[in-house]
Amino acid sequence: MGSISVLLVGKVLPYLEQELDKRYNLFRGIDPSQRAAVLRDHAASIRAVVASSSGGPDAALIEALPKLEIVSSFSVGVDRIDLQKCKEKGVRVTNTPDVLTDEVADLTIGLILAVLRRICECDRYVRSGNWKKGDYKLTTKFSGKTLGILGLGRIGAAVAKRAEGFDCSICYYSRNEKPDSKYKYYPSVVELASNCDVLVVACPLTSETHHIINREVINALGPKGVLINIGRGKHVDEPELVSALLEGRLGGAGLDVFEKEPHVPEELFGLENVVLLPHVGSATVETRTAMADLVLDNLEAHFLGKPLLTPLV
Amino acid sequence: MAEEEKVELQQLKHENQDLPQVLVLGSPTCLQTLKQLYSHKFRFLIPNTSLDSLYPLTAPLSSISAVICSASFSITAPVLRLLPSLRLVVTTSAGTDHIDLNECGCRGIQVAGAGKLFSDEVADMAVGLLIDVMRRVSAADRFVRTICEAATWDFPLGYKISGKRIGIVGLGSIGMEVAKRLECFGCTILYHSKHKKSAVSYPFYNSVIDLAATSNALVLCCALNEETRHIVNREVMLALGKEGFIVNVGRGSLIDEKQLVKFLMDGEIGGAALDVFEDEPNVPKELLSMDNVVLTPHCAAFTSECIIKLCELVAGNIEASLSDKPLITQVKW
Repeated sequence: MGSISVLLVGKVLPYLEQELDKRYNLFRGIDPSQRAAVLRDHAASIRAVVASSSGGPDAALIEALPKLEIVSSFSVGVDRIDLQKCKEKGVRVTNTPDVLTDEVADLTIGLILAVLRRICECDRYVRSGNWKKGDYKLTTKFSGKTLGILGLGRIGAAVAKRAEGFDCSICYYSRNEKPDSKYKYYPSVVELASNCDVLVVACPLTSETHHIINREVINALGPKGVLINIGRGKHVDEPELVSALLEGRLGGAGLDVFEKEPHVPEELFGLENVVLLPHVGSATVETRTAMADLVLDNLEAHFLGKPLLTPLV
Repeated sequence: MAEEEKVELQQLKHENQDLPQVLVLGSPTCLQTLKQLYSHKFRFLIPNTSLDSLYPLTAPLSSISAVICSASFSITAPVLRLLPSLRLVVTTSAGTDHIDLNECGCRGIQVAGAGKLFSDEVADMAVGLLIDVMRRVSAADRFVRTICEAATWDFPLGYKISGKRIGIVGLGSIGMEVAKRLECFGCTILYHSKHKKSAVSYPFYNSVIDLAATSNALVLCCALNEETRHIVNREVMLALGKEGFIVNVGRGSLIDEKQLVKFLMDGEIGGAALDVFEDEPNVPKELLSMDNVVLTPHCAAFTSECIIKLCELVAGNIEASLSDKPLITQVKW
């Protein structure tokens, strides 16, 4: 398989890059100028693209690769990939569901606790020597609170399961009510936000869910409400979020994703009721390795004519 | 300071002498709320100097029958000798290592604690700290706030929590709440306690070293006493290993702190999340620049929600004592 040309368009675990290099004829096209050079010389030979949350093939790139057969994404979210174009062209698409579900759910609970109990702020308090001047102030209890989950898919359900251990009440909004679910369903995001203490965004990013967290939802969540975003930055109207936090219309936020990563609105840096993470939802050694193996196994299956392990298209 | 103190104690003679006096030591966090809610029931005496310097003012002290204290004030035998009429000590903490329980017992002084009031709060914090140190949450937050705009997000990977083996040291009320939460993460719960608990199905380890050897992380939830001082020592930390983590929401002296610092500096242990320290509020300066530690100022119990409940419990215990009824949360030893 060493002669099969593969184009890498997003940042991935070094182990994955090394393996791709070993097994295929790998071209790196993460950087735009790098990509342009590769396309100029090798567009006609590329049969696979490896994408990630930081970069995926849009319609233009897919058009530019006439021999493209498969896009394998090192992520569960595929908002960077033009799925419609892939369908039209008969290009297969795989992602990495399930292997990162637990990881993201763990971090979600960690984010909730970090915001409500001000763990990062407390850590800053100690490191700056302020503890010698007096105790830190009272924080907000998590146990027993009402958790609202936007998108009760794999990740949403895993978050709910963990929150139950804290005696939380769980409610959710989804495109369709899930008849088997024991949790309370709300038919709109605003109603969900009005009825929960902590709102977790756990749905895929599509044209319908773009800015699904808007001013109305944020106001409904309110001055004691907390927003946790472990989905995609574009789920949230970021300028609205920032102004709500600055004005006290929203109680707090835990954000692992942003609209224009790695850019983070600077106004958030001075706030003690926010926790800001550099998109690390799945960032453990164990999970990133499992994701990498899934990318490699999907590619291998495809080129050997076997069924794909985790196809989306 | 002494002037204010005299004024405060003198007020006692002229106002509401009917109200029972309660001496408050150690500036408990709930004091403001306590005064707001219960000043119509109790006369709170709050010294703003150390108790020793009150010695000349024996009249008010000799009639004190109830004391409220925080975890940071030691109720030692000498302190107890200054209070000859004392019948009740109410501590606002779950821990009682700061109280000479033997001396209280000899003197017939009852002791009441916070019981299980904080168990949820402390368990929540323990889980939050565990996730933080293993997934580098606080370090990542610092990273985002301080890296320059142009930099890429190259941040070191953390360690998975789900499915890991968590060794709980001390399976009391707090330990059980920690276990219940981590079970929902698919973790395997193991424990060490003074005695095996027959009603519990988690695997029991008589030796903390053996527990550490088979765990990915240790969560310390036990009381501090002579047997548990430095229960996490050099051997235990070596058994836990280079990818092992410790969370301490018990008392600082459960861990040999000097050894912990050394091991963290040498990479002999993966990381530590500490809410308590051997000499609070002093924290070993070597820890202040480490990214694989999380440091919080002994606040695992303190949420707004629990403060009112704590005040109710404190007041309830005092009222029970005054009416010769059983205490709500009597500490027995």
